[in-house]
Amino acid sequence: MALVEIRDVYKSFKREAQTVDVYAGLTIDFEEGSYTALMGPSGSGKSTLLNLVAGLDKPTSGSVRVAGAEVSKMTASQLADWRSRTIGFVFQSYNLLPVLTAQQNVELPLLLTNLNKRDRIERTAIALGVVGLADRVDHYPRQLSGGQEQRVAIARAIVADPTLILLDEPTGQLDAKSSEEVLELLRRLNEEFHKTIMIVTHDAKAAEHAKTVLHLEKGVLLEREGVKAGNGIGASGGVGATR
Amino acid sequence: MKFLPLVIANLMRHKLRTILTICSVALALFLFASLRTVTTTLASGSEVSSAQRVIVQNSTAFVIPLPMSYANRLSSVPHVQSVTWANWFGGKYGDGKKFFAQFAVDPKTYLGMYPEYSIPEDQKQAFFKERSSAIVGEGLVRAFGWKVGDNVTIQGTIFPGDWTFTIRGIYHPAMKEYGDDAFMFHYDYLYEKYPDRVTPGWYILKIDDPAAAPVVMKTIDDQFRNSNAPTKTGTEKAFAAGFASMWGNVKLLMSTIGMAVVFAILLVTANAMMMNQRERTSEVAVMKTVGFSDRRVFGLIIIEAAVISLTGAFLGLGAATLLPIVTGFGEGGFLPGFHVTGGTLAVGATVALLLTVASGIFPAWQAAKLPVVQALRRVE
Repeated sequence: MALVEIRDVYKSFKREAQTVDVYAGLTIDFEEGSYTALMGPSGSGKSTLLNLVAGLDKPTSGSVRVAGAEVSKMTASQLADWRSRTIGFVFQSYNLLPVLTAQQNVELPLLLTNLNKRDRIERTAIALGVVGLADRVDHYPRQLSGGQEQRVAIARAIVADPTLILLDEPTGQLDAKSSEEVLELLRRLNEEFHKTIMIVTHDAKAAEHAKTVLHLEKGVLLEREGVKAGNGIGASGGVGATR
Repeated sequence: MKFLPLVIANLMRHKLRTILTICSVALALFLFASLRTVTTTLASGSEVSSAQRVIVQNSTAFVIPLPMSYANRLSSVPHVQSVTWANWFGGKYGDGKKFFAQFAVDPKTYLGMYPEYSIPEDQKQAFFKERSSAIVGEGLVRAFGWKVGDNVTIQGTIFPGDWTFTIRGIYHPAMKEYGDDAFMFHYDYLYEKYPDRVTPGWYILKIDDPAAAPVVMKTIDDQFRNSNAPTKTGTEKAFAAGFASMWGNVKLLMSTIGMAVVFAILLVTANAMMMNQRERTSEVAVMKTVGFSDRRVFGLIIIEAAVISLTGAFLGLGAATLLPIVTGFGEGGFLPGFHVTGGTLAVGATVALLLTVASGIFPAWQAAKLPVVQALRRVE
């Protein structure tokens, strides 16, 4: 069974008087341990797909299941609880809380667990160690470079050991060197820690690190490339979209 | 408790804004408590009045005196046990900045009428014997450093001249509402200097049965109705309340000002809280993405509002409570027994809680209902 199952999803937005259709019957699977890059022009529905999978948005119709849970049917409070245990989310502009240190930012998802202070600090230290920032625990976001901020954001995304890591343009604001560091980190998380990763990007170099690249245009999956053995994308025609 | 660092960090985001908001709340509650204390102090003066005492004053105006001859006629009214009288002196001591009341009284009958004023027997006897002597409240002793045997000169305003008195006694009031800051001297001492002008300002009667007060009052007023100095007789409580009403409708004025101040500060605080929240829209969206529920976000913002309101309340109500003690405001004779009551503190705390709800609920509700995707789209 796939980790993420998207079945016949329709999604439309109201923009002023017009209705904009993003998906009209999207169906796709993502297997556990996969590392998928979603590419496509602006407005093609890449970020919307991440939002649907994370339960931040609901489909107009259709089904989104993640790790066996019907995300599209959950209430707001169920989603919040489920998201804290299942999803790690990384944004383009890092979105660290400026008033908290790196350690406190990473600890944020753990505040929602029953872990005691000592365990929270221990797990925060491990996460910051994984992203190579063990020596920056007491730094505030303004004291970090863009690349370091994004690595702290990744540490925050992995600290609660989520099933799925979603990244929306994680290298969009980084220079080449920092981008490479972040992408190498994602590769390690996928290969060494077996994390399932979905990344939205415009950056072809970033997409190269993924095992599979999906191209979206106007809500339609146009092509699939980089299919490798064990790439994790649904093998029985799971990739597909119709309009 | 584990969310406390998050709350503190958010409050410290704009330190100056947070401090100023707390100061606004503190100032509002300080003013509220102080103004309310003026009304409670005025009210308490009449609440502790004796039901066995009635006051006779000139019906035309409180400041117009009554003839000395009324003393005998009043003492013969049924149910009247004893009669005494007093005059308002209205002098000025030193630079006059610290006001206190001075009364010319008939010493023996007056102190007999007011057992609430406790004074050592030897001092009382010394006061009775010496015509130019005075007794003072212990509040005045604290304020001016006087002691028994000191000569004190007061400048007369209604009765011009320098009046020198020797302090022969210090009294302690049984209840603070009676005030520990009055200055009392011999009526005869005043009379001998101004025999043509001085007659009793008001009479105080002790009656044998409080239930007989209405009959006594009617009898007296009927008796003097057609005289040159018709009387208005009332209970001591009514007299005290009437004394307070010389200030106009103080209670309404104070309450109106107090509530207006609190309401104005409420708007300022609510605006500051909402401004704070608007600036954090993206952060709230991120917290929700991480897994914070609507209810938890709501709670955290309400806690922030509570910290601001309750810290402000603690400082404001604390200052209102301590200031009269530190400055000796209540000892000046202006408002005897001026102190912030438990009731005022309770009302102040309630106002602070209402302020928490009023200033926190809208931004908290906005944050709880924030659509994450739209908020993130604005940021991204």
